[in-house]
Amino acid sequence: MGAQLRVYKRRIRSVTATKKITKAMEMIAASRVVKAQRKVAASAPYATELTRAVTAVGTGSNTKHPLTTEAETATRSAVLLLTSDRGLAGAFNSNAIKAAELLTARLVAEGKEVDTYIVGRRGLAHYNFRERKVVESWSGFTDEPTYADAKNVAGPLIEAIEKDTADGGVDELHIVYTEFVSMMTQTAIDGRLLPLRLEEVAEEAPKGEILPLYEFEPSAEDVLDALLPRYVESRIYNALLQSAASKHAATRRAMKSATDNAGDLITSLSRLANAARQAEITQEISEIVGGSAALADATAGSDK
Amino acid sequence: MAAELHVELVAADRSVWSGEATLVVARTTSGDIGVMPGHQPLLGVLESGPVTIRTSDGGTVVAAVHGGFISFADNKLSLLAEIAELSDEIDVQRAERALERAKSDADASAERRADVRLRAVATR
Repeated sequence: MGAQLRVYKRRIRSVTATKKITKAMEMIAASRVVKAQRKVAASAPYATELTRAVTAVGTGSNTKHPLTTEAETATRSAVLLLTSDRGLAGAFNSNAIKAAELLTARLVAEGKEVDTYIVGRRGLAHYNFRERKVVESWSGFTDEPTYADAKNVAGPLIEAIEKDTADGGVDELHIVYTEFVSMMTQTAIDGRLLPLRLEEVAEEAPKGEILPLYEFEPSAEDVLDALLPRYVESRIYNALLQSAASKHAATRRAMKSATDNAGDLITSLSRLANAARQAEITQEISEIVGGSAALADATAGSDK
Repeated sequence: MAAELHVELVAADRSVWSGEATLVVARTTSGDIGVMPGHQPLLGVLESGPVTIRTSDGGTVVAAVHGGFISFADNKLSLLAEIAELSDEIDVQRAERALERAKSDADASAERRADVRLRAVATR
């Protein structure tokens, strides 16, 4: 076997091994998307009921709460960025980071200080590499977030917003995450969690339904006090779940194109290998033919 | 047929139980509250404690609920809890172990959770 052919054979073997790996990762990601989607769906009843309850208190009482009232001049905002722990997901993380950067730039242009909170090692690595300040970060659960994780994330954020801005608290809370639109489409979006715009929440609640006048137990203030942190937690939980589902979908897509690409590579490499083999054979034949012709010429000469 | 109300018991990550009931007893921060069909619209904060649901076919469903809300309107009752477990799902030995551990660690909230679980089991 010629040297050229051997090189091609080796490259085909290595690309085949890579293809097997990416194919396996694609399958794993595909099964995880389904699981993650199921979790998003399972968390929906709680979220809808909670939204209803918040709307009910918000519209049914004139309660003022620090989490629903806008500061007249907001001076500091918190931005929570949800990324993943692991890469190999195409542009998933860089899209989320880009959206966070845009939001940060916008907030800074409005004259606000920005405190950054990050979920996921990827986002943290991006910020650390650029030596930007990160107030707090969490990682290790982005593949399968649980409600307890969402609570852990929400805790310091709620604490920060309840504190006075002068003492290092924040006036607003923004969240940047990747929305799971469909298997093929995931978009990085940003939204303001707090202060809550009750009108927006009301819009999300099922339409055409007149909310009854509730009796609050123990009182509207206490209910709102207990309700709002839970609402924030549930929104963060939902964002975490969507982000996880999006990450798996992005991984699946990235790995699918890697597998396809490896397939194409193998096809073109085996064509090249075939051509090299054929060239070798042709060369051998012409050597034999040439050799025998020379021999025939030589014998024909000696016969005379 | 006796009047019925529709109950949805949902935890943060799943729907735990739903069905028709004639009476639901839950513990709010200001005491136990019983809700029967036709109750006035209500929104309350739940304490961690057992929730008892009398189903319309005469059975009883008991669940351990750790924090959350009760809301009732239009004969529909929703119990929202961060964590909710039906009494049949609770592993008694595990809850007992958790209680022991919480007592030795002096972890008041864990002790309360384990205690609620055991009380929910005791009533089944």
